[in-house]
Amino acid sequence: MAAVAKLDPMVPPPCAVRQVVKETPDTFTLTLDSPRETQRNGFLPGQFSMLWVFGVGELPISISGDPAQPDRLTYTVRSVGQATHALVSEKVGGSIGVRGPFGTGWPLEAAHGRDVIVVAGGIGLAPLRPVIYHILRHRRQYGRLVLLYGARSPHDLLYRKELASWARQPETQALITVDYGGIAWHGHVGVVTTLFKFARLQPSRSVAMVCGPEIMMRFVTRELQNCGLKRDDIYLSLERNMKCGIGLCGHCQYGPHFICKDGPVFCYESVRPLLEKYEL
Amino acid sequence: METLERIIGQHPFFDGLGSDYAALLASCACNRRFKAGEYILREGNEANEFYLIRSGRVALETFAPQRRPIIVATLADGDILGWSWLLPPHVWKFHAHAVEDTRALALDGKCLRMKCEENHDLGYELLKRFAQIVSQRLEATRFQLLDVYSPKG
Repeated sequence: MAAVAKLDPMVPPPCAVRQVVKETPDTFTLTLDSPRETQRNGFLPGQFSMLWVFGVGELPISISGDPAQPDRLTYTVRSVGQATHALVSEKVGGSIGVRGPFGTGWPLEAAHGRDVIVVAGGIGLAPLRPVIYHILRHRRQYGRLVLLYGARSPHDLLYRKELASWARQPETQALITVDYGGIAWHGHVGVVTTLFKFARLQPSRSVAMVCGPEIMMRFVTRELQNCGLKRDDIYLSLERNMKCGIGLCGHCQYGPHFICKDGPVFCYESVRPLLEKYEL
Repeated sequence: METLERIIGQHPFFDGLGSDYAALLASCACNRRFKAGEYILREGNEANEFYLIRSGRVALETFAPQRRPIIVATLADGDILGWSWLLPPHVWKFHAHAVEDTRALALDGKCLRMKCEENHDLGYELLKRFAQIVSQRLEATRFQLLDVYSPKG
């Protein structure tokens, strides 16, 4: 077999946009053809790519697709600024530059034989969706899967059909809440931490994977510890201003870590002192 | 058949409560059922009871002029509905309606207030439990006020 030259990590090969799905009024899921190297090597749940919108700019976006399908890369993007707006405005057949995948993944091997507690807030469900796909695909390797997901309102819930389908899977508990509900919403209302009392947890045999706004993760880690989880069984995905993606430029430095290279997934125990610092 | 005393003893809110206190509370309690959509509490009305939710789901609701009603929290089995009965002026601050068919144990607040005045140990046991609930809900409300999923980040 002919050797495939390793791609320069700073060069974004153009990838075709295959599908754009509107998830919520401001959030879209894009599916792209993968670069050849990713088709061959795949990606780890929790990794991210640098997506280049030609003529606009480059953005770090977590991969939200199925790791068993490395021929396509899926990203869920919330349109909040010029570059994200340009990204979600791409049409099928358009082209986006993709560098990566970069960073560390969720500890799925370390979680073998254990229950997995997935706690997601808002668009934080996107980097955790590959974890859910992976566990459901390798069901016997894991114990129970408990998903706790909070969004701002019923209109802001991502992947609604999949949420319903995950809740029906054996050995799976999916609890969903919104911070505010209208009168037509018949589900749970309250912040994501209020779901813990309904979750059937076995803390001593569980690993927790948490993603959402950092302040939400502070509340959640406190609640997980109240439930009896150890700090080194809790993992978080952090975000800073990633630029190069390979730990060279220092834009995403977080204490002694570079989020792009040493993260974005960190064990809570290793970053706890940093999370408690103001303005870091 | 389950006695009220047994139901009170098994409810998480009264976890660890002595059986003599459970008997005292049971003398102020009765079973209630609410159909989905039925209002349990109305903002501004006199607050003279609280509920141990046994099954179902209840929404706490408020409203603002020219806006649809807003659900600020839901409660489900194992939760407590209502603490305004405990503190003056004993008036409900929110509406509450059953989202699903709901079973609850209603405890008569007037009866309980009287028993707590007569028996301060019982009053202290109740206050400790309600203080815990108030603290948890205050923390949740602060988290909610932060609006962490807002587009502004």
